[in-house]
Amino acid sequence: MKLSYLIVPFAPLVGAILAGLWGRQIGRKGAHTVTILGVLISFIASCVVFADVLAGNTFNGPLYTWMVSGGVKFEVGFLIDTLTVTMMLVVTSVSLMVHIYTIGYMEEDPGYQRFFSYISLFTFSMLMLVMSNNFLQLFFGWEAVGLVSYLLIGFWYTRPTAIFANMKAFLVNRVGDLGFLLGIGLVLAYTGSLDYKTVFEKAPALKDIAVAMGPFGTPAWATATCILLFIGAMGKSAQVPLHVWLPDSMEGPTPISALIHAATMVTAGIFMVSRMSPLFEMSETALSFVLIIGATTALFMGFLGIIQYDIKRVVAYSTLSQLGYMTVALGVSAYSAAMFHLVTHAFFKALLFLAAGSVIIGMHHNQDIRYMGGIRKYMKITWLTSLVGSLALIGFPLLSGFYSKDTIIEAVHQSKIAGHGYANFAVLCGVFVTAFYSFRMYFLVFHGKERYDEAPHDEHHHDDHGHGHGAKPHESPWVVTLPLVLLAIPSLMLGFWGIDKVVYGDWFKGVLVVDSSHDTIGALKPLFHGPLGMAIHGLSTLPLALALAGVALAYYLYVVNPALPAKLRRQFSGLVKVLEEKYYFDRFNEFFFAGGARKLGEGLFRFGDRAVIDGALVNGSAKSIGAVAGLMRHLQTGYIYHYAFVMVAGVLAFMTWLLLR
Amino acid sequence: MLLSLSIWVPIVGGLAVLTTGNDKTPTMTRWLALFAAVAGFLVTIPLYTGFDSSTAALQFVENVAWIDRYKIRYFLGVDGISMWFVLLNSFTTILVVIAGWVVIEKQPAQYFAAFLIMSGLINGSFAAADAVLFYVFFEAMLIPMYLIIGIWGGPNRLYAAIKFFLYTLLGSLLMLVALLYLYNVTGGSFTITDFHKVPLARTPQLLLFFAFFMAFAVKVPMWPVHTWLPDAHVEAPTGGSVVLAAITLKLGAYGFLRFILPIVPDASRELAPFVVAISLIAIVYIGFVALVQTDMKKLVAYSSISHMGFVTLGFFLFVGPQGSALGIEGGLMQMISHGFVSAAMFLCIGVMYDRLHSRNIADYGGVANVMPKFAALMMLFGMANAGLPGTSGFIGEFTVTLAAVKQGMFWTAACAGLALILGAAYTLWMYKRVVFGSIGNDHVRNDMPDLSRREFWMLMLVAACVLGMGLYPAPFTEVMHKSVDALIAHVAQSKF
Repeated sequence: MKLSYLIVPFAPLVGAILAGLWGRQIGRKGAHTVTILGVLISFIASCVVFADVLAGNTFNGPLYTWMVSGGVKFEVGFLIDTLTVTMMLVVTSVSLMVHIYTIGYMEEDPGYQRFFSYISLFTFSMLMLVMSNNFLQLFFGWEAVGLVSYLLIGFWYTRPTAIFANMKAFLVNRVGDLGFLLGIGLVLAYTGSLDYKTVFEKAPALKDIAVAMGPFGTPAWATATCILLFIGAMGKSAQVPLHVWLPDSMEGPTPISALIHAATMVTAGIFMVSRMSPLFEMSETALSFVLIIGATTALFMGFLGIIQYDIKRVVAYSTLSQLGYMTVALGVSAYSAAMFHLVTHAFFKALLFLAAGSVIIGMHHNQDIRYMGGIRKYMKITWLTSLVGSLALIGFPLLSGFYSKDTIIEAVHQSKIAGHGYANFAVLCGVFVTAFYSFRMYFLVFHGKERYDEAPHDEHHHDDHGHGHGAKPHESPWVVTLPLVLLAIPSLMLGFWGIDKVVYGDWFKGVLVVDSSHDTIGALKPLFHGPLGMAIHGLSTLPLALALAGVALAYYLYVVNPALPAKLRRQFSGLVKVLEEKYYFDRFNEFFFAGGARKLGEGLFRFGDRAVIDGALVNGSAKSIGAVAGLMRHLQTGYIYHYAFVMVAGVLAFMTWLLLR
Repeated sequence: MLLSLSIWVPIVGGLAVLTTGNDKTPTMTRWLALFAAVAGFLVTIPLYTGFDSSTAALQFVENVAWIDRYKIRYFLGVDGISMWFVLLNSFTTILVVIAGWVVIEKQPAQYFAAFLIMSGLINGSFAAADAVLFYVFFEAMLIPMYLIIGIWGGPNRLYAAIKFFLYTLLGSLLMLVALLYLYNVTGGSFTITDFHKVPLARTPQLLLFFAFFMAFAVKVPMWPVHTWLPDAHVEAPTGGSVVLAAITLKLGAYGFLRFILPIVPDASRELAPFVVAISLIAIVYIGFVALVQTDMKKLVAYSSISHMGFVTLGFFLFVGPQGSALGIEGGLMQMISHGFVSAAMFLCIGVMYDRLHSRNIADYGGVANVMPKFAALMMLFGMANAGLPGTSGFIGEFTVTLAAVKQGMFWTAACAGLALILGAAYTLWMYKRVVFGSIGNDHVRNDMPDLSRREFWMLMLVAACVLGMGLYPAPFTEVMHKSVDALIAHVAQSKF
């Protein structure tokens, strides 16, 4: 155990505690200083650990024994390998950017210290999650990031929409967590341990054991475990049908949308499945399940981005869709591609979100892209960095998103696993859709006519700082634009720099396990001739054509002929309605699950508890005792002549009996 | 000697408070009560520090004749199963005294005395190794609780007090019959360990099972004999609710481990599916019922029943003759944790009730705006109630669910796991309506100052326990292992 391992997660925790408990004493400046310092130290320590791992020093060991029970040792410990340090660097660097950015974004918010405390706490939780060497700590981090996400979505706790969204997010995640917990249960039940290393060692011998699961038959252990674990990932990484919380999570302040709901927390599921690759490789059924869920998310969530007007929601749906891509990559066993896309996506999506936040500040807290336009003149840095982010997102050659996304598309192409045809279609179609909605937003925000005064006045958004409507946008302060620039750099270069090392190289060797029977990346390896070659090859392939078509269509509809979209919207009102209703998932959940649970509870309470148990049994028995006693009382009247009469009658009866005997 | 002290220090302290205190000098009464409660807690600490975790035998034993004619003995001792509850109970008594500090204006001396005496009696029932001694403590405890609800309770207190009393009495009378029967079979002994050893045929085992089960299931309470609890909680003063939820419910669960499993092991194994089924009903059914409560205390009361479902579930996870150590220890951990968490939840509601005199969720809203410190602490306790890892509430639910899967009872685990969703749903929904949002009404705006120093430190004390236990539960289970293993080995052997 090296000291640097401890510094990485605990430095942000110290910052969070200081800013959280003594926020008032240390003031705003103190709060952001301690938390940024904490994350900075954590980032530097991550770099140290990175260099150390690069030199070949990995680590797997316990920190302390959490509990021993029933012969099972529950431990808290770290596993430091290439997968972990990759995540550590992503988490700490994006977190650092977001911390700096927050100084500008939350400048006028009364909950300033609280906010810094939360995001540092989040950084700690996320680091505990990725650094874990066992399922217990994984689950701890898993739930802890969910808690902080809950707190941050509901950060503006007086807004009804925010506190609805945060509860929804927590509960939907809990549904996934139930699957996750049961998956962990199956791991423990059969391997007798929660330690990754032990589990992976014992798993091959157990994979085909049938598990009795009642109505679900008796699937093989590996299949059952992996699907259950993946249900957890579906909650956290917002895969259909547990995706419903993510768009609503945009109620939170923008910095956390970037940090939590784009770059890090939502990718925890992707990370987890990659970490569990030795298990997932043992079940093609589970991989197919992963693939189909991912493909559905990638395509159908992309469609929803097309009709959104809220700048953050567009980015949110794009996040959903990109998470779908990563999941697809997991399904075709291209774990390294999934991880690589996770990393590049973390940077360019954080960039897009923070840029969106910058636009929101510049627009005096207007989030509706219908009332923007032509902002490039006023916010040059935001504009250029957004362009970089958008191009990276649609997979423009040489930019980071190109390398990671194209690899995924190629890997799907190579796959033979059930569902690969559907996935292939979904990811290709998704390229077009992504390009279209990304550039729809880009053109609506940065190009075209300035439409600032068209906003209806009742659509006042939160904490308006009194500029009123129609005011010209202004560029954000340097604390906001600096992170944009710093995030734009990896969005530009990371793909080019990393593709041969991370995906086609040995970076994840021995950490991500791929069975040779469906090794899609292995099949692609001979076709890979360096990052430049890949970019040149990319110029002549279908994905780029689709992406450019999407951009062109967006350009035509929103710059050349801006009256057309409204017409189309009317033309296809039925379809638009389905998209506006988000395929009716929310309606269904609210009616069936939320409403159903309340009705059921009400029924059980009124009928079960009140009527049957309390009414009939408890008070009923009291009443019947009362009734019986009431009857008995008539025998005890207290009148002597009653008793004498009964006595005489008794004597007579007795004598009659004696005589007749 | 230590166990006697843990019983008699609070009782003597309570009597002292009762005799010296009067309504004109409440300050002195309070300090005296606090002193007695703290002294009562301090004498229990050596029970942990001096505990020998390498043996399953009873420790700190005191064994003298009491009523020799019937071989009834003053026999005390604790093992790894009961030790924690003596500490937990003495700790909770301190909280109760602090919670009632300035709040109780009506006859404070009697109020504090009742709690102190009850504390001693509860310690007695956890420490008793003689069945009659246990029974005496177990029943005597009802009296102060009855008075607490009946005198310091809410408007419907008499109904609640009588319901509580009769409900629990009905159960325990059957237990008395069982004890007398066992006295005969053992040839004249009331020592509980003798009951463990005596061979019993199937029919008497089943009958004994039901006799004990009635007593303890009511106390836990298990579905469907749970309906006294919400009423008692709603009417009881804050302190009463705290003790009721944190401690007296645990006595029921403790009875399962001390009496039912070891005395009638064959019946326990045979009826395990039945207990598992009603435990699951408690977890799921009550979870749904909790969701729709409009009264905060009722909601937390129902959530208590649901949480206690995990305890009984964990105890009865049998496969073949083999019980699950993970399940039993998980159940015990759930009991300890629930002691902290439910106490904290009731203290939080008490804090709000002291300000607005309402328990209705609808009367609140936006409390976070006026009581930020309180909101933060209640968030922590709410999360513990929802079983978030890192808090104590997680341990029991996690280990019991794992134990169920481990025993091959996948669907049992899946149903129990629904608590993960339901617990979060009812807790967070209540929190949302009470604490979040904009200020609900003028009463909230004007009459709800943030926590006083007393309230703040009272809640911080529990918060420290909730987090401390959640982050490092190893010391808690360490002392249990031997006793639990011995219990499982004992239950695995047939008594026929």
